[in-house]
Parts: sequence; structure tokens; C-alpha cells
Amino acid sequence: MSFRQKHLLGIEPLRSEEITTILDLADRYAEMERGTQKHGDALTGLTQINMFFEASTRTQASFEIAGKRLGADVMNMAMAASSLKKGETLIDTALTLNAMHPDLLVVRHPHSGAVNLLAEKVNCAVLNAGDGRHEHPTQALLDALTIRRAKGRLHRLNIAICGDIAHSRVARSNILLLGKMENRIRLIGPPTLMPAGVAEWGVEVYDNMAEGLEGCDVVMMLRLQKERMDGAFIPSEREYYHRFGLDAEKLAAAKPDAIVMHPGPMNRGVEIDGTIADDINRSVIQEQVEMGVAVRMAVMDLLARNLRACRTPQGVMA
Amino acid sequence: MTNALYRNARLIDPEAQTETLGWLRIENGVIAEIGDGDRAGGVDCGGLCLAPGIVDLGVKVGEPGERHKESFRTAGAAAAAGGVTTIVTRPDTTTPIDTPEVLDFVRRRGQEAAAVRFLPMAALTKARAGREMTEIGFLLDAGAVAFTDGDHVVADTKVFSRCMRYARSVGALIVAHPQDPGLSEGAAVTSGKFASLRGLPAVSPTAEKMGLERDLALVQMTGARYHADQISTASALPALARAKAEGLDVTAGVSIHHLTLNELDVADYRTFFKIKPPLRAETDRIAMIDAVRDGLIDVICSMHTPQDEESKRLPFEAAASGAVGLETLLPAALRLYHAEQLTLPVLFRAMALNPARRLGLPGGRLRVGAPADLVLFDPDVPFVLDRARLRSKSKNTPFDGQRMQGRVETTLVGGDIVYRRGAS
Repeated sequence: MSFRQKHLLGIEPLRSEEITTILDLADRYAEMERGTQKHGDALTGLTQINMFFEASTRTQASFEIAGKRLGADVMNMAMAASSLKKGETLIDTALTLNAMHPDLLVVRHPHSGAVNLLAEKVNCAVLNAGDGRHEHPTQALLDALTIRRAKGRLHRLNIAICGDIAHSRVARSNILLLGKMENRIRLIGPPTLMPAGVAEWGVEVYDNMAEGLEGCDVVMMLRLQKERMDGAFIPSEREYYHRFGLDAEKLAAAKPDAIVMHPGPMNRGVEIDGTIADDINRSVIQEQVEMGVAVRMAVMDLLARNLRACRTPQGVMA
Repeated sequence: MTNALYRNARLIDPEAQTETLGWLRIENGVIAEIGDGDRAGGVDCGGLCLAPGIVDLGVKVGEPGERHKESFRTAGAAAAAGGVTTIVTRPDTTTPIDTPEVLDFVRRRGQEAAAVRFLPMAALTKARAGREMTEIGFLLDAGAVAFTDGDHVVADTKVFSRCMRYARSVGALIVAHPQDPGLSEGAAVTSGKFASLRGLPAVSPTAEKMGLERDLALVQMTGARYHADQISTASALPALARAKAEGLDVTAGVSIHHLTLNELDVADYRTFFKIKPPLRAETDRIAMIDAVRDGLIDVICSMHTPQDEESKRLPFEAAASGAVGLETLLPAALRLYHAEQLTLPVLFRAMALNPARRLGLPGGRLRVGAPADLVLFDPDVPFVLDRARLRSKSKNTPFDGQRMQGRVETTLVGGDIVYRRGAS
């Protein structure tokens, strides 16, 4: 097994072998989940705390199910409504929780780098469930697993990521992961939603869907946040849909067997046409959700193994 | 000991741009005689450097309002230990220094408590809000050496132009923070590949150029005396050069952090590297060093900004900006000397002579008749900086744990020893 990380803070520190290790194990969990015996015991006796400083339904549910299926004691803390309102700092909150001896801490926070900061202060494994505009590593891993299962490989593919790249942690993690696995990445979106310095990322940048999607194997759509639709970043919702929304006409530029992905939740009729999203021949959006649980099981399993190895007195393991 | 002789010293003369081995005699707190070679008696400096004391333009002291971050006593002790003999303070305190009454309080506190000379700047607009000008005339009479809203930009050009005209009529110097407030709003780092990968809100370097060009157009219109507190980007330099060539009364500064660090030092969200304006690209850093050498940038300052642990131990976006610098200004500047990028006379032109000249002070030079504000230092001694040992109340230095060179042996203000290594 090749996985040496103590935390999963982002895709950036992972080596390509480590990514493969996670995906291989996740594949096995995906099969297990489709069977009758859904439960494993990899996390038995461990405590998992989900700390979400930003509201989330799907990601939190996915982590919770993943933990429970592997036997962890799972606790959810809705931090958005909690002690931060009372003026407690992030570090104090972390130290308080740390004193309760959790083993896995799943954290989402609106500020980039907040999860890194927290990881320095606790002695359990920390999983980044999304920090600001920085990274969302389990999303990138579940996307990778979905692609690998649909395409049979995770290298030398033409992959387009479309929409609000600038504000998207999903895009950053995906660009890092797919780049490490040696794929050709294209970013498509209006220049107002492209991050500065994107030209130095080793990707191709387009502001036209038809050109950008030409010959693509994978089309990844990103969610456009409501607050960015008011004229500050794009002129209007309908102009955005006209130019950048994925519909059958634009998708025709991609390869005939290209798959369509979306991290959810979708804005139908803004960034994606409803019929495309529901087309079982093209859309793998439901499979992404399914793979989310499998990938999170795999990551927590691997981190727990490293955690147990650290805690075992030397010599016993050897 | 206001009468003394220091001999066998490497005299750093920023006016003549020379370094010579010689001696210097002090009488009644003033430099009375300077000579080459050696002579008998007095203090043997052992060939170490003797230079005019640093005049640090733009120091934040936490009085009034934030004494837990820095007091006049601790700032003075830090300055003395760092070879800084004059601190020119910023008015961006909690309760800004915008009335003669507050200024008077601050002056008295400073004179009581600070070991070095201390000169206050006052706010340019009331509450630094950019709407109404302060009592510039009264504040000038009360001892304000310059007027600034700190890092608040007076966004309303009409208000700013009136402030400039009024300040000019009483001969007051305006110190401004050139930055386009719209582009830079909410920014924590400089935009580019690094900022985007870290997912941090960023400002284009163009914001500084825009701010400077706007200010200089207003200076041209009003004839104001203007100093840009910090220029940190290469793209702003042509406008500065043009303004100087046109004969406008314009000078500019740069912080030591922008000369010795770059944007990549932020690494994994290290908040001690969050400063304002944010750290820039390496090409900008090199351009700033060249601009100091050429004299296009006049002043190097520490931009000493004490912040307590609580305001720094936060996610990068939410953390306070600023770094302490009084004690690290000289050793950090010496990095540029050891890298053979700037000579000692050039460094002291920017750290002592030019800021003194700009404020009309007699110090900052090695000349007969000038006050004996001096620093004796060894430029070579290596050390590893330990932030816990800083004299500042706040320990937010970006140089913690870094290898540095250069140690202050003695600091004199008006001939009096205010710091001697090992004595305190």
C-alpha cells in the first residue's frame, strides 16, 4: 500500500501512486456498497466529527454515511450556528474538540487555508471537506473515480472544466489531480470567472464552449453561485446560459461518448440543460454522488490505518 | 556622557557616499569633529561600522488604544536595540490622532516613555474617514511632522485635492498610501498563480500604479508636498520617475519586507507574512532594490505594525496584516549589503539621510553640527532570529527562525547611550 499522509488537506501534497491507492480501495468499497452487506469494520472504535462551518447537505451526509458504514461513531457539529457566533476562535474550537479525542475530523470552512491551520493544532487525522476557494480533495477524488470507471483509465484524456473557475475549490482540486495523472485539461468560462495567473497552470483556456469542448472525453460543469449572477461577474443569468450553459448543441462538439459531470447542486437552466443532466447515456452525475461515499470510505480507512500505525508502540507493528 | 570620542570606526557617510576608517568626537550631544585615520583616547570601535541612526518613517505604536500590542516604552526599547534613533509614528491608532488634543497626549507619552527621539504624524482627514480634513494648521503647530491617513486611501478626489491645497499653504507634507481602493478591496495577497492556487482574495499590482498615478496628477494640480509611503511594484516606478523629472515635490518609500521577501514566502498560509500592500513577485522585489540604488525610491522603512497573537492566529483572509520591524530593519537591510545589491552608504541614505531631509530634521548624517544620533554595529555577526527575544510587545515578525547577519553594539541619541549590547 502506498499512502503516507497523516491528513487529507488537499490534492496538492498527494503523489500519483497515493491517488491510485485511494481509487483502488474506493473501487472495492463501491462494489461492496452495491451488494447486500454494506458494512465494514475499518473504523470500528474510532470517533469521527464532522465540523461544517459552512452549510452543506450532500457532502456532510456523504461523510456521515461513509463513516457509519465503516463502523465509526459519527457526530455532526453545525458550526455555522455554534460557538463562532459567541466569539470563539477557530483554534480554540479545534483545541476544545481535540480534548475529546476524536480520531477523524472532517472540516469545511469558508476561508482558504483554515483547514491547514486547524490541522496544525490537533493530533487526529483531518480531512478537508472544502476550504474557501482553495481545495475540495474528496470531490476531485470522487470525480476521478467516476471518470476511471466510465472511461476505463485516468490518463491521456481530454477533460474540459467549465464555468466559474475563479471561485471554485472543486476546479482547483480537479486541475491538480487530473494534471498529476497526466491528462489534458481545458478551462472554459468567461474571463471574469477565470483566476489570475491561470495561463501558468499548464492548462488550456477558452472563452468559447464550442471551441473548448472540441474532441473532449469528459465535460465537467461547475455550479454558478447565485450571488455571482447579479451583473458583477456576468451580465445576466440568461446571457450566461446562452453562452456557457451546457446544452445538446454545445455538447455536440465533444466526442460522441463524452461523459457529463457536475459536482452539484445543479442550477438547471443556468449552467446545464435539464435534459442533458438527466440523460443516462451522457450524464454520470448520480454515479458521482455514489462514488462520493466510496471515496470517503477509502480515504478515512487509509488515514485510520496510518493513525493506528502511529499510535501502536514501535515493535508491536514490526 | 554627551562628550565622547569614538575612534577606529568604519564611518558610513550617506551624504558623501563614502566608508572610511576614522574617528568622531561628540560634544554636548552634537558631532563636533570628524577625522580620518586614528587618534588616541576615547572608545575603540574595533573597526566596526559607525553610521547615522536610522530615521524610521511610519511606525505604529499602540498608544492610544492598543497598548497591549505596543507601548511607547517597548517601541522605544525595540528602536534603540535596532539602531533606530528617530521613530516617526503613524496616526492610525484606535482613536486616531486627528485632533491637537490627542496629538498632545501622544507627544507627552512619547517623550516620557520612549528611549529614542519620537515625532508624530497626524491624520489628514477626521477619523481617517476621507471626508473632512483635520485641523492641519493646529496639528502642525502641535508638532505633527506630516499628515497621513495610513493605509486608508482618500477615495474622494475632491476631498483629497482640497487637503493637498490646504496642506501646501501651510507647508505640510502629505504621506499617502498609493492604492486603488476598488481593486484592492478585500485583498490578502497579490494576484497571480500563487494566489489563485491558494484560493486567496488578491489584488492586481496595477492597483498601486493606478493609485500613484491618481495621486501624482493631483500633486501636479495642487503643488502639494507628497510622499508615497510604500511603492512595491515595478509597474508603478515609471510614474514616479516621471513626476520627479517634472520637478514635483514627490518622494517615495518602500518597506524592508518588500525588499527582502516575496509572495511565495506566504507558503502555507503563514499569516506573519500578511502585510499591506501584500508581498509581491520576485521581479518586483528586484526592481525595488534597483530603485533604491538609483535613488528613485528615497526611503526604506520598517512599516512597524505590531499585532498580537490573537489577530494573527486566524485563517489568512481573516488575519490582521502587518509585521513588526524596528529591531529587524537593520539586519534585514544588511541582507541586501551581503548579497552585494546595495552598499552601506546607499542603505543609510535611504534609512537615515533621506527620511531626515524629507522631514526637515538635522539628523541622519555624519556631519559636524548634526546631532550625535548614531549607531555602532557589526555588519557580519550571524545569528538566528528568535521572536520571543524581541523587545516589541508584539512578536509578529516574518523573520522568526531565519538566519540573519548584523548586530547593533551601541545606539546613541544626542550623544547619550540608549542601547548597549549586553547591558539590558
